[in-house]
Amino acid sequence: MYELLQIYWWVIVSLLGGILVFMMFVQGGQTLIKCVAQTELDKDMIINSIGKKWELTFTTLVMFGGACFAAFPLFYATSFGGAYWVWLAILFCFIIQAVSFEYRKKPNNFLGQKTYENFLFINGSLGVILIGIAVSTFFSGSDFALNSSRFVEWNSPLRGLEALKNPFNYILGLALFFQARVGANLYLINNIDDDRLRAKFRRSLKINALIFVPLLVLFLVAVVLADGYHISENGTIVMKEYKYLMNLIEMPIVLGLLLVGILLALFGIYKGVFTLSIKGIWPYGLGVILAVMSVFLITGLNNTAFYPSYHDLQSSLTIYNASSSLYTLKTMAYVSIGIPFVLAYIIYVWKAMDTRKLTTEEIENDDHIY
Amino acid sequence: MQDLASVDWSRAQFALTAIYHFLFVPLTLGLSFIIAFMETIYVKTGNPEWKKITKFWLRLFAINFAIGVATGIIMEFEFGTNWANYSWFVGDIFGAPLAIEGIFAFFLEATFFAVLFFGWDRVSKGFHLFSTWMVAIGSNLSALWILVANGWMQFPVGTTFNDDTLRNEMTNFFEVALSPVGISKFLHTVSGGYVTSALFVLGISAYFMLKNKHFQLAKKSFIVAASFGLLSSLFVLFSGDESAYQVAQKQPMKLAAMEGLYKGEVNAGVVAMGILDHSKKIGDNKDPFILKIEAPYILGVMATRGLNNFTPGIDDLVFGNEKFNIPSAQSRIDSGKIAIKALENIKIAKEENNTQKVKELREVLQENMHNFGYGYLDKPEDIVPPVGLTFYSFHTMVALGTYFIILFFVTLFLSMANSIEDFRKILWLCVFSIPLGYIASEAGWIVAEVGRQPWAIQDLMPVGIAATDLASINVKISFSLFAVLFTALLIAEIKIMLKQIKLGF
Repeated sequence: MYELLQIYWWVIVSLLGGILVFMMFVQGGQTLIKCVAQTELDKDMIINSIGKKWELTFTTLVMFGGACFAAFPLFYATSFGGAYWVWLAILFCFIIQAVSFEYRKKPNNFLGQKTYENFLFINGSLGVILIGIAVSTFFSGSDFALNSSRFVEWNSPLRGLEALKNPFNYILGLALFFQARVGANLYLINNIDDDRLRAKFRRSLKINALIFVPLLVLFLVAVVLADGYHISENGTIVMKEYKYLMNLIEMPIVLGLLLVGILLALFGIYKGVFTLSIKGIWPYGLGVILAVMSVFLITGLNNTAFYPSYHDLQSSLTIYNASSSLYTLKTMAYVSIGIPFVLAYIIYVWKAMDTRKLTTEEIENDDHIY
Repeated sequence: MQDLASVDWSRAQFALTAIYHFLFVPLTLGLSFIIAFMETIYVKTGNPEWKKITKFWLRLFAINFAIGVATGIIMEFEFGTNWANYSWFVGDIFGAPLAIEGIFAFFLEATFFAVLFFGWDRVSKGFHLFSTWMVAIGSNLSALWILVANGWMQFPVGTTFNDDTLRNEMTNFFEVALSPVGISKFLHTVSGGYVTSALFVLGISAYFMLKNKHFQLAKKSFIVAASFGLLSSLFVLFSGDESAYQVAQKQPMKLAAMEGLYKGEVNAGVVAMGILDHSKKIGDNKDPFILKIEAPYILGVMATRGLNNFTPGIDDLVFGNEKFNIPSAQSRIDSGKIAIKALENIKIAKEENNTQKVKELREVLQENMHNFGYGYLDKPEDIVPPVGLTFYSFHTMVALGTYFIILFFVTLFLSMANSIEDFRKILWLCVFSIPLGYIASEAGWIVAEVGRQPWAIQDLMPVGIAATDLASINVKISFSLFAVLFTALLIAEIKIMLKQIKLGF
């Protein structure tokens, strides 16, 4: 029962990770402002389109943190407390985003419109790349040990920034950055009713997809060839060759999710680049959620340490040693019954709001624009 | 080895974040409901003036909300970054309310937020109104869960220590969720937020009335604010009394600091106004006050709900009081050390597979567990929080709370008599009262958090143990970055807000 609930919560965390990465199209859109928008009106169109969704990305990030805290508190304590500077840098990137949409165009905005647009760019680029690097340490490991009270002792004075020295971590960081831009182009094609802008987004989509897809392939190849942190039968953590490849083979459902996810994402990109359809975001979005979810699943399931320590293998975190108690996981499982209802009203409201697409007239006449 | 400077800097950083965050939260809590009331009137009456009024306050709400979200994200993650040991020690319990907040409150707010601002012409009137109420309910539900979590830190219930995992684990969710401390904190905090919001709307409306600008719209807002403010401020009085009772029962040292009460008394009086003598030391016979006006009996009744009962003072709690069965801090420190030693020995006995010894030591641990955190303290005086800050904050909050009731009563009475515009001095008083709501809210949090020092979790974990093992230079840098960033954003918020107010309805 306990093990089942630990797996259940890792699946929930993985799903939230997938949704978070999909919702990063907001961040991707923030980086497109400087590249795609030629006029002030173009800029306003992009910002107002993604601005209606920024709260959901933010909330998913908070929810991801909350779920980790509740279900895997040792991970929360170890990663956030240990990799201090990486997480603080990510937080700074998100703080400056939260105000930027609302303040950018308001009169008397003190820091100036450009500053807020730069904030949006920093959040969309640095924030996303750093999240990718932080998640990449799920594979590459971190420099920590746990003392006898299970309190974290980080061994690098760089407190997490040492992850920047590992080139492997950049692959996921950059892949995430370009996937966010691909998602943004597909979302904007769907949400903005303007042929000229749609043509621009399709061009931008093609370029970003051309960079994203090879990065994704490179990341997947690097992962399946990598050694992984395996929990042996006596409970000790050992290095195992092709661990993640074996995880995919030994968990065919996860492999299926990954393949379906990748195919759906590619299909969405195809629809956006090669057809006039505006619906590419949906297969792409679902594909991203499934693919990212499966990547998280291979880090935590099948006797794998999801937050490995290369300093002291036995300090590595697994879904078994890092989780909450049986009682808490059970209580939280009851709470999670509410998730489908939450998803249902999000979908309903999304549909109600986006049935009518954003137009230039709306931007020019609305009294509450970003 | 824990860097103590880093602990202090982490405390300062958390205080800084919390203080900034709580500049924006009270307005979100109350203004969301005020807007919902206004829009309800619009939907009921169809009068476009009410739509105009709703949209004006909504603009101010959005400006405030954005920065509230920005500062709020830090709070959640700071538990991990700066208080990692705490996060592990109690994450099994503390994480649950935070996760529930995310699932049920945050998403509610975030989803309907977009409809609130961009849905006027996209969804029906009824659905828009529904969304407005959902944002209000969502933001208040969010406060509920975070205050349940905070309430647990003030009064840990529904939990037991597991010597296998070396942490506290939840054993009864409902005890945690329905803790009287958590619930009374929630009621007092949100109603305090409503008062701050009512003062905000009242003051700005009064300004427009004084300047004879948008007079009718401002007057309508003024009446809504005065009514909402009066009800809320009366509720604050009630919830404040309940909060004080809970503090007296569960955190007697905090109550003693709130009142500057060093020597406990039967039928203790409440200090209506006083100036503390800072040369007063714990245990000496010096009068703690240079000047004091006291109302007899009231503290005793507040703290014990009865007459002829004893309210302990700081000295009683530090040195003990046999007559009233109050143990000394030193005896609790000794008991805490026994618990810590037993825990260490359990580990050794487990390694030796000595089950009988493990059983015996577990009994010792459980007997002394309620004093576990005391074992980490150096001396009895460590259990005393900063008395001056707690005392003055508490009295500032109470004095302002009393003033608000009078202000709302007078303004509502004059509005109903349709003559408020003739009392320009009262209108100016309303304008100048806007910051007082914020001062009262912040003072309340200072009482709650400074007053419970040195505890991260009452009696179980002092702040020195709760902090992440960081070199203080890291926290000094992050503190400075936060201070600069939050201050810049606050200036931006105030300037934008003032401009929007100037632009009017």
